[in-house]
Amino acid sequence: MSNADSTAITYEQQVANLRDYLLKFARLQLRNDTWAEDAVSEVIVAALAKPQSFGNRSQLKTWLVGILKHKVIDALRLHGREAMQANDSDSAEDPLDYLGFQADGHYIEAPAEWGNPEQHSNSRQFFEILEMCVEHLPAVQGRVFLMREWLELSSEEICKELVLTSTNLYVQLHRARLRLRECLELNWYGHKVKP
Amino acid sequence: MMVAREDRSLKLADRIALKLHLLICQACPRFERQMLAMRNDLKQWRNYTTQDQEKP
Repeated sequence: MSNADSTAITYEQQVANLRDYLLKFARLQLRNDTWAEDAVSEVIVAALAKPQSFGNRSQLKTWLVGILKHKVIDALRLHGREAMQANDSDSAEDPLDYLGFQADGHYIEAPAEWGNPEQHSNSRQFFEILEMCVEHLPAVQGRVFLMREWLELSSEEICKELVLTSTNLYVQLHRARLRLRECLELNWYGHKVKP
Repeated sequence: MMVAREDRSLKLADRIALKLHLLICQACPRFERQMLAMRNDLKQWRNYTTQDQEKP
């Protein structure tokens, strides 16, 4: 597996180099450092137990993220109930529910034109902003939102893993989407001149 | 309702009401475009997290 060339990077080193990357997403999804570290450790162990020979780094990354998603779902299943109880503020009223809206449900100020969405596709800067916005979501909203948008679980699956009613889930997702919209408008789309 | 339909299907009556409203309202179609933009953004991000696309 490792060859005689001293500049070649070993499989173990490649996996180790991706640890921080995996940790970032584990934290974003689980919103708990301990659970995230545990999940990533399990990914590393699994990866080292079954050495792969991929042609390039990006294939290794894809493979590891795939394993991470499974480990993260396991963690959510394990800690789900605990996760939902942690934050009382998430179940109470969220002032953002009303911010920007009138009593009849319509806007106080009309939404802005965001312009052509294709212009920034695959832009690393944009994704950093997006990740920052997701990170700023309250823990419960962040978790369910990423279960939907990153793990691509169905609403039914999320309710099952976290022991949530569907009504409760929809409220959290609704709030998460509104917050994300606000955050993106403020930090990306609202700017006339892009960095 | 436009936010809700990202995660579940609306009842027929609601879908009709929404469509009618979008024809009349000036602000809401913009909100709808923002929801669609976000849906697209999130899809790109999801792909990006599993692939190594190092674009500037």
